[in-house]
Amino acid sequence: MARTAVLDTVDEAVAGIEDGSTVLVGGFGLAGMPFDLIDALIRQGARDLTIVSNNAGNGDVGLAALLQAGRVRKVLCSFPRQSDSYVFDGLYRSGEIELEVVPQGNLAERMRAAGAGIGAFFCPTAVGTPLAEGKETRVIDGREYVLEYPIKGDYALISAHTADRLGNVVYRKTARNFGPVMAAAATTTIVQVSNVVETGTLDPEAVVTPSIYVDRVVAVEQRHYTVQGAR
Amino acid sequence: MTVEHADRGPLTMDELARVIARDIPAGSYVNLGIGQPTRIADHLTADQEVVLHTENGMLGMGPAAHGDDVDPDLTNAGKAPVTELPGASYFHHADSFAMMRGGHLDVCVLGAYQVAGNGDLANWHTGREEDIPAVGGAMDLAIGAKDVFVMMTLFGKDGSPKLVPSCTYPLTGVGCVSRVYTDHGVFEVGPGREAATVLATYGLTLADLAARLSLPLSAADR
Repeated sequence: MARTAVLDTVDEAVAGIEDGSTVLVGGFGLAGMPFDLIDALIRQGARDLTIVSNNAGNGDVGLAALLQAGRVRKVLCSFPRQSDSYVFDGLYRSGEIELEVVPQGNLAERMRAAGAGIGAFFCPTAVGTPLAEGKETRVIDGREYVLEYPIKGDYALISAHTADRLGNVVYRKTARNFGPVMAAAATTTIVQVSNVVETGTLDPEAVVTPSIYVDRVVAVEQRHYTVQGAR
Repeated sequence: MTVEHADRGPLTMDELARVIARDIPAGSYVNLGIGQPTRIADHLTADQEVVLHTENGMLGMGPAAHGDDVDPDLTNAGKAPVTELPGASYFHHADSFAMMRGGHLDVCVLGAYQVAGNGDLANWHTGREEDIPAVGGAMDLAIGAKDVFVMMTLFGKDGSPKLVPSCTYPLTGVGCVSRVYTDHGVFEVGPGREAATVLATYGLTLADLAARLSLPLSAADR
């Protein structure tokens, strides 16, 4: 039996996520946002979560709905403030949620490091800025770098396009964004896809996230939503 | 020679976008950030063969998508729908930012609250307690691209200069900006300079600029 479980429902897919977990949530704005898994997580009821995601929710859906339900203790993200981030804004201003702002590339690279077994790395981003305050620095070949530590997830919730039954995954366009990095950085990686196909169907040259990183797969109906700024 | 255009008003943002587009070297890989700099794309010519990078994971980004072309899976860094051009490629976020830090991206154009004569950039946080900080990819772009251009108005709404002797807002990057494009003038800045070099003025003379800015200026000698 393949190690990756192909599940029938999103509720089965998020079963067992414990209170206090660190959950990596894919997506850049709404593109690649695992809406169905997040809705299932809200039903599942886990609380006191630390969420790692590029944004802190848009409108009332997806991550914003999870925040609104009061399940999130802390958010690590690069860009919380947006025109439609009113749910996060309210919680932040009333002191009900903790925020760690991380430069977008550091967010990605720190998760990449976690998935690749790197203990820490020296990065030139943020040198001399408030986001490097209190962090160890080193001059290497005449340039200053900041020591950055990995971000590891207990779970990753990712939206992708197609998976085979072994757990190989392909994405679609810019909805790929954090998916491959988060898949490797979490102990348990859960992927919602529009299609599950038989093993052997995907072109091995085109697989983006190999099955070794994927633990649970669930097929969902493609969701239609409005893109910010679309006209 | 500094080119003075004192017989006209300041540049509109669209005119400024055209000036910047003209200065982007042919064949460059370029990131236009979010907001005003994205207008520059409209002024790049096909024979410049510039390839646009968007940090959410794409090279070969095309113009904004409208109507039936809107695809929720295809957006720019500002999360607005865009199109793909022939030769486009997609990649994940760690690769996208490796392209910046690794020195592969030729030019990025960012907006700014303030730029200092030594090239320091402040564009992510006002520093006011009531404002929620949000950095996105600004710090990665600032230290990563080979050339960092800033596109901004030269003066704030209250009339105070945004090109300054030293930034009072929290920094995005240290000594990273090479050129500042504004509605009133174009300036070369950077570490180790004694003065910002004025390449062009719009709506003001060099002497007007020197009177209104509190950092040392020098005329361009070419």
